[in-house]
Amino acid sequence: MITLEMQLDGASFETAGEASSRVKKVLQQIGVPGDVTRRVAIAAYEAEMNVIIHARRGIMTALIYPDRTELTVADEGPGIADISLAMQEGYSTAPDSVREMGFGAGMGLPNMARCSDEFDIETVIGEGTKIRMTIYHEKRP
Amino acid sequence: MTGVSPYMPGYFHSVRLTAHHCKGCVNCIKRCPTEAIRIRGGKAQITEARCIDCGECIRRCPNHAKTAYTDCLDDLARYKYNVALPAPSLYAQFPPHTPVNCITSALNKLGFDEVFEVAQGAEIVTLAIRDYLKRSDIKRPVISSACPAVVRLVQVKFPELIEHLLPIDAPVEVAARIVRTERSRELGIDPDEIGLWFITPCPAKMTAVRQPLGSEKSNITGAIAISKIYGELLKALPSSAEQCSGRRASWVGVGWAVAGGETTAAQIDHSLIVHEIHSVAEVLEQVALGKLKHIDYIEALACASGCIGGPLTVESRFVAEQWMKKRLKDMRSEDTAKGIVARQGYDEVAELGVNERRAIEPRPIMRLDDDIFKAMYKVEVMDKTLGKLPGLDCGSCGSPSCKALAEDIAQGTASETDCIFRLREKVRDLAQEMVDIAQKLPPSLGKDNSKTGREDDK
Repeated sequence: MITLEMQLDGASFETAGEASSRVKKVLQQIGVPGDVTRRVAIAAYEAEMNVIIHARRGIMTALIYPDRTELTVADEGPGIADISLAMQEGYSTAPDSVREMGFGAGMGLPNMARCSDEFDIETVIGEGTKIRMTIYHEKRP
Repeated sequence: MTGVSPYMPGYFHSVRLTAHHCKGCVNCIKRCPTEAIRIRGGKAQITEARCIDCGECIRRCPNHAKTAYTDCLDDLARYKYNVALPAPSLYAQFPPHTPVNCITSALNKLGFDEVFEVAQGAEIVTLAIRDYLKRSDIKRPVISSACPAVVRLVQVKFPELIEHLLPIDAPVEVAARIVRTERSRELGIDPDEIGLWFITPCPAKMTAVRQPLGSEKSNITGAIAISKIYGELLKALPSSAEQCSGRRASWVGVGWAVAGGETTAAQIDHSLIVHEIHSVAEVLEQVALGKLKHIDYIEALACASGCIGGPLTVESRFVAEQWMKKRLKDMRSEDTAKGIVARQGYDEVAELGVNERRAIEPRPIMRLDDDIFKAMYKVEVMDKTLGKLPGLDCGSCGSPSCKALAEDIAQGTASETDCIFRLREKVRDLAQEMVDIAQKLPPSLGKDNSKTGREDDK
């Protein structure tokens, strides 16, 4: 198992994508199929962006096994008031300033759920959110 | 290199090394976008499977040790009928007051029976792009496949993006296909007796001739570097425009020479233009993360400024760009005045299979081992090794960066002492140990002796 742990800082747009790129690179190095690597990369990137847009800070942990990748992104942030609403495409609580930059289109959580095989979300208002995603390395049929 | 995929013999490459010119400096290895070069035995060594023939190393080498293999005019003798296929970027090597007609008749003087502008192929591809983007079953953003170096970059570094590549042949292939079919029919000669020569601004196109991307077999016979014939072309330029037979391409196709020309021609609203291979890689990384979904088309070109900045051109890309822009402006008004319009349809080529190109295969190079367990072990070794390296990325070890050296060590093709800083540390430790040992006296020698010895020194 390979463990990658990366710090994420809220509002640090200039480093957005670095953590997900690192996970992606390792998957390429161990020879995970391209489309699977892409799903992990997109899921990781969306989670990374959520922390940057909404939270103060967070940690992304990637546990890479031969057959699967487990991504955990835990943040210290506002939490999600209504998860089912947040899971709807196009729903976003991102401020206008962020949306004008092309972020916060309300596709983050639905995208993560679509890309992962197992998806789990825990949230406490005023404390933070923890998202757990598992993606299996075998190609989807 | 056991179980490593990178080395796949049999690849043709235009980019070559002239060993006796190579001083083993690190300029080329640091610039290579796929980290394909290492210095071994004091000379640059290209890993074939990684090389995408972009020509960055040719541009970079101060000793001109890196060259591009292209065909030469002598090769024309082997064919009955020879056609020059000038890239639009050839026109940018001449000031705008030199008409395209003059340039093409100069090519005729060099021994070509006919000149067929690649810009005409570009006009057709322009139309095909427009039609392709109307489809709803395609992966967006679509990435242009006109630049063979970009296509190979996707194959080796972004295999997950292969489905985004435009599945239409490059303009030069389309042009070649038209000429070969039409001339063999009109002139009644065997298609194999027609020599089709691409006048190329870059080595990537030369490689594409020998090793086609997509099509089963290239329709082009060979490629001749613009820089190779530029001198003769200059001498052959007629003072006034001579009559040029055949269809003349409009500004739409000629504009492809400069970055942005392709999207301007195809009139794509949500397009992104990126040129220079490292910048292209950055944009592709964003596509790989699922960004840029609002973009329909990415015009990606390996050379800064586009084909006019190709490593086998002669004029500075800044001068060439200014000349080309002026030429295009003049052409637009001239075309309107003379009633020259770009092609409106490509029915005659559709049957030639523009849309039926073979899928482009991924050629991933990142993988450390075919066995996932071994690969995972190597990732760990890399990580540990990297922590011990100085992180200066000096290149003195012969690998482009500390990260690349760590990878080479994990692969067993380099060792830690290749790093001059690690080597120096080891020498220091060894020296320290020697001093320590030297200070240890055998029990038979008394301590008093050494003390008095030292006092005597004072």
